[in-house]
Amino acid sequence: MSADAPGTAEAGDDVPSRAELAARIDELEDALADATDTAENDAGKMSIIATKGTLDMAYPPLILASTAAAFGYEVTVFHTFWGLDILHEERSKELGLSAVGNPTMPVPNLVGSLPGMDRVTTRMMERRIEDNDTATVEELIETSLEMGVEFQACQMTIDLMDYDEEEFYDGVTTGVGAATAIRDMADADIQLLV
Amino acid sequence: MDDYETAETLDVKGQNCPMPVVKTKQAVDGLAAGDVLEVLATGPGSMSDLGGWADATAGVELVDQREGEDVYTHYVRKTDQ
Repeated sequence: MSADAPGTAEAGDDVPSRAELAARIDELEDALADATDTAENDAGKMSIIATKGTLDMAYPPLILASTAAAFGYEVTVFHTFWGLDILHEERSKELGLSAVGNPTMPVPNLVGSLPGMDRVTTRMMERRIEDNDTATVEELIETSLEMGVEFQACQMTIDLMDYDEEEFYDGVTTGVGAATAIRDMADADIQLLV
Repeated sequence: MDDYETAETLDVKGQNCPMPVVKTKQAVDGLAAGDVLEVLATGPGSMSDLGGWADATAGVELVDQREGEDVYTHYVRKTDQ
């Protein structure tokens, strides 16, 4: 059949020559080397969403962010709701620890609910942090910023809770929303909600 | 007995997680490729933490770790990425 002839001829034309195959192998080897290089030099990305503003809950995102940066991760921490207090230069130094609702606290809930008890438990934790030479929230923020961690402050909650952007640490990114967080999470190898 | 010389010593004795690892990274950044950093730490967790960090991080290699009575000494070499 005449229809077969062009088909056969075409198939013959499709068979690559030895030189073409060699060139293709070189091309693929280069691409593989590039990919391996990138994988070795760039640890990847981490995205954390920080939603809490108590003294105990400020630590996990900051410790993980600074440590991941030390591994070479590109880190963004998106702060929303009470998490904004961690980025607030003054309030970050006055974060509290609740005396109620935490079964591991050495204070019964009934006693913990008395006026001034949150202050007592907060002082207790602050003293322990000092005695143990554990970094303060402020130190962790400054160190993380030095290491290139990007701290983002959610614009919607800044407006909702009436924050003054000037009062955040220098270097904090504002004017970002959920879409920015989702993009970072989609790109990231590690995503955490704290 | 050592096949390396220490270019710099970082003293993080008494400091707690995450500072030993974070400060080691910052100190290594200031070294030249091939240099070895000596890190003095007091937390037993530094054995696992600094080992794990060096293992998973590009541009560094763990040369040695020594467990003393109170001080854990770590040797980290900066490599050519």
